[in-house]
Amino acid sequence: MRITLNGRKIELDAGWAFEVRERYGKPNDIVILNGFQIEEDCKISENDILNIITKGVMPGKDELESMMMARHTPRVHSEVKKGKVAVAGLGGLGSNIAVMLARVGVGQLLLVDFDVVEPSNLNRQCYSISHLGMPKTAALKKQIQEINPFVKIELRDVRVAENNVRELFEGYDIVCEAFDKPEAKAVLVNTALEQLPDIKVVAASGMAGCESSNLIRTVKPMKRLYLCGDLENGAGTGSGLMAPRVMVCAGHQANMVLRLLLGMEEA
Amino acid sequence: MKLNGTYHKLDKSQTLDEFLKTRGYNPAIVAVELNGQIISKGEYENTIVDDRAAIEVVRFVGGG
Repeated sequence: MRITLNGRKIELDAGWAFEVRERYGKPNDIVILNGFQIEEDCKISENDILNIITKGVMPGKDELESMMMARHTPRVHSEVKKGKVAVAGLGGLGSNIAVMLARVGVGQLLLVDFDVVEPSNLNRQCYSISHLGMPKTAALKKQIQEINPFVKIELRDVRVAENNVRELFEGYDIVCEAFDKPEAKAVLVNTALEQLPDIKVVAASGMAGCESSNLIRTVKPMKRLYLCGDLENGAGTGSGLMAPRVMVCAGHQANMVLRLLLGMEEA
Repeated sequence: MKLNGTYHKLDKSQTLDEFLKTRGYNPAIVAVELNGQIISKGEYENTIVDDRAAIEVVRFVGGG
């Protein structure tokens, strides 16, 4: 039968997963079958996806990507690898969204931000001490290349405005709105929906403080607009932005992007 | 007319700009869809809303 083993399609004569491990791997290798790490032997079927991983051994590049995606629900990765997603704003939302999409294996990411990393970013943004002073685009690209080297990354160190939205985001399937100021959010959402008739926008509104995480949700107010957040709690003096709630909101946005890339259009 | 899924009676037709302001929306921080079409900000003062309109208004708050 034909199965995919560590990313390669092979023809073999075997009925059980541990049999394949015996033949191709070592006795203590972990075995991941169709997205699940199995502790007991399982029968294998035509077109199954098997990954056999030796801990402590760096795999070759041809096997690395398959092993990295071994725990994905089958067929998700091949779909998201076709995806082209833009992240506008690389702060608390954007930096975390970009990293999640890299882990998921999105094919191409456009990262847009004009700013540099500074100390007050570190309470919620996906940067480290070693990135202080670096442009956010470069700092994020460096991290993503170490998380998933197979993602194609484009960078633009610019401030998004009404007059560059079309040129920046043309050709992308989805743009994540990850700005800070409500006026900037409105400009991006309005302009992208008006001028890019095929694009979908995943925006955010309301994630300040430490109210219940359960207030953060995803809604679909318009045909091509998704909105994540609690829609109420804006940042302001006395109302800060902190990692947990910001990352819950970023998670909502990243999961909505994943769903869209898989053809699921409901929030 | 319908606003964000709820029905309201609109006695007098008005511009979208007036409609938003009388309901406490700041036009600079919203996105508006009227009868299924996104309305450009520059057109808020030229667009008329009447009692048959179906409007979605998304208001953005800061943070991200």
